[in-house]
Amino acid sequence: MSDAIVLEGVHKRYGEKRALDGLGLTVRRGAVHGVLGPNGAGKTTAVRVLTTLLRHDEGRAEVAGFDVRSEAAEVRRRIGLLGQHAAVDEELGGRQNLEMFGRLHHLGARRAGLRAGELLERFGLADTGRKAVKQYSGGMRRRLDLAASLITDPEVLFLDEPTTGLDPRGRTEVWNAVRSLAAGGTTVLLTTQYLEEADQLADRISVIDDGRVIAEGTADQLKATVGGDRVDVVVRDPGRLGEAAALLGEGVSVDTDRRLVGAPAPDRMRALTRTVRLLEEAGIEAEDVAVRRPTLDEVFLALTGGGSGARAPLDAEVAA
Amino acid sequence: MSTATAGPGRIGWALADSWTMTRRELAHWARQPVQVVVGLVFPVMLLLMFNYLVGGGSGVDGDNTEFLVPGMLALTMAFGLEGTMLAVTQDLNKGVIDRFRSMPMVSGAVLVGRSAADMLQSVAALAVMTGVGYALGWRWHNGTAAALAALGLLLLLRFAMLWIGIQLAMVAGRPEMVQAVQILVWPVGFLSNVFASPESMPDWLGTVVEWNPMSATATAVRGLFGNPGGPSGSWAAEHAELLAVLWPVALIAVFFPLAVRGFARLSR
Repeated sequence: MSDAIVLEGVHKRYGEKRALDGLGLTVRRGAVHGVLGPNGAGKTTAVRVLTTLLRHDEGRAEVAGFDVRSEAAEVRRRIGLLGQHAAVDEELGGRQNLEMFGRLHHLGARRAGLRAGELLERFGLADTGRKAVKQYSGGMRRRLDLAASLITDPEVLFLDEPTTGLDPRGRTEVWNAVRSLAAGGTTVLLTTQYLEEADQLADRISVIDDGRVIAEGTADQLKATVGGDRVDVVVRDPGRLGEAAALLGEGVSVDTDRRLVGAPAPDRMRALTRTVRLLEEAGIEAEDVAVRRPTLDEVFLALTGGGSGARAPLDAEVAA
Repeated sequence: MSTATAGPGRIGWALADSWTMTRRELAHWARQPVQVVVGLVFPVMLLLMFNYLVGGGSGVDGDNTEFLVPGMLALTMAFGLEGTMLAVTQDLNKGVIDRFRSMPMVSGAVLVGRSAADMLQSVAALAVMTGVGYALGWRWHNGTAAALAALGLLLLLRFAMLWIGIQLAMVAGRPEMVQAVQILVWPVGFLSNVFASPESMPDWLGTVVEWNPMSATATAVRGLFGNPGGPSGSWAAEHAELLAVLWPVALIAVFFPLAVRGFARLSR
C-alpha cells in the first residue's frame, strides 16, 4: 500500500527567500506525523503545498497517492484541513457553515444537512442555534473548524498548529479529537511549536528548520540523539563543583548558576547509585540527585541551534 | 470517498456550487440587514442632496430632476466597484477562502457567487432609486421597452465595475487600498456628466468628461428614458448608446479574464 504523504526534494521560493529548501518526508497510512519547528521554518508552507493551496517550484509532493499539482482535484476529495486561522465563515452560524461545506463537497442538500447535525452533536455544538461564529469562544470556533475539516471523513487530515491560542481545556479537546481520529485510521499530519503536543500525539516527528528536515524519528529516538538519560546533581558548596565534575567523569556538563553537575546515565539506576557513592566517599554534600530523560525541548533547541544561551552545555555535547 | 462521481456532471456542479456561494452572500444579508439598508439608502441620500441642495446648476435645458436621476443611477452602478472590492478583499483576508480552495468545489464558484450577489444588490438599488426618482417627479417618456433597455445598460456598466473591483481586490487586496479606492471614485464620478452638462465646462474638461464610460451610460440612459441631456452635440454624445455598450464590454473583456486568472493563481 502506498504512503499517505510523500514529499521529496520540495522547493518553494519567494524571490530570494527559500521557504522550502528540499523538504522531504514520508507518512505511512494511518500514522500521526508531527512536524516540529520554530516560526518561519516552513511548516505552514509545507501544509499549504500538501493541501493544494500553494504550488511548489520543484520536487515531488503526493497525498493519498495523487500528485498535488497535476491531480489537485483528487487530492481535495481526500483531505481535510485545519489551518492556523479559523477557516469558517464567521458571519454565519455553525450549522450554516457545515451545511454549506457539505454541499460544496457535493453531498447533496439532504446529506449535507444530516452530516452537519452529526458533526455539531459530536463536537458539542448542537445547542449553538443561529449564533454567528464570530460570537463563539476560541475553543468552540476551533471545534467547528475541525468539524468542517471532517465533513467527508478525509483520508488525510492536516492540522496546522491546531492548538495555538487555545486554553488548556480547548487543547485537551483537540488532542482527544485527534486521538480518536487516528484510532479510526485517519492519517494525520500535525505541525506544532509545542513539543509536548508532538510528544503526546505523534508516532513520528520531523524537526524542520529553514525549509529542511534536520532530524526525524520517534520522540524517543530524537531524545536519544542528545545523549539519552542523565543524572543531575545539585552540589551544596559551589566551591566544590569542579571537584564533583571531575569525579563523575566523561561527558559532564556544569551549570554554575544552578550549582548543577550533569553526567550521562546510560544504565539509569546503576549510574544513580554510583554517583551517590562517589559523592559520599569524597565528602561532597548534594542537595539533590536525580535521573531524568531529556525533554523534547532540549532536542529541539539543540537541533535548531536555539540553545546558545542557557543550554550551552547541551549544545557542546551534541557537537562532541 | 463519499463524494459523488456520477450526478450532474461538471457544468451541473459548477451551477450547484455557484448557487451555494450565492446563497452564502444572501445569508450574509439576512444577518446584516442594517448594512443592506445603508447600502441602499446612501445613493438615495446623494440623489436627494443633489436634487434639493445643489439643484439647478447642471447647465441643461429642462427639468433638473429629470436630468439628475438617470445620472445618479449611472453613478450608483459605477460606485458599485468599491462595494465589490471591499467584499472580495474581506473574503481574501479570511481563512475561509483557504477552505473553499482546498475543497473539491468548482473554484470559480466563489467569484460567481460574488457577482450574482452584487448584481442582485444592484437590481435592488435601481428599484429603490427609480422609486424615489418617481416620487420626486422623474418620469420615463419613451415606453417600457426603452426604459428596460436603459436599466439593461446600467446593469451592464455595473457588471463591468464588478470585475474591475474583483481584480483590484486581487492585486491590492488590503483594507487601506479599499479606502484609497473609496476616495478615488469620487473625482472620477464628478468627472462625468452625472451632475452637469459637459457643454457648461471648458473644452478640454468637457472632452475628458464625455469619454468617461459613466458619461456614455448616463447619456444613453437619458436618451432612452426621454430625459434632458440625451445624445446630441459631440461625437461621443451622439454615439452614447454605442459607447454605453462598447465601454463596459471592453472593460469586461480585459478584467474578467484577469480576475479569473488572478483567482486561479492565488496558489503562487
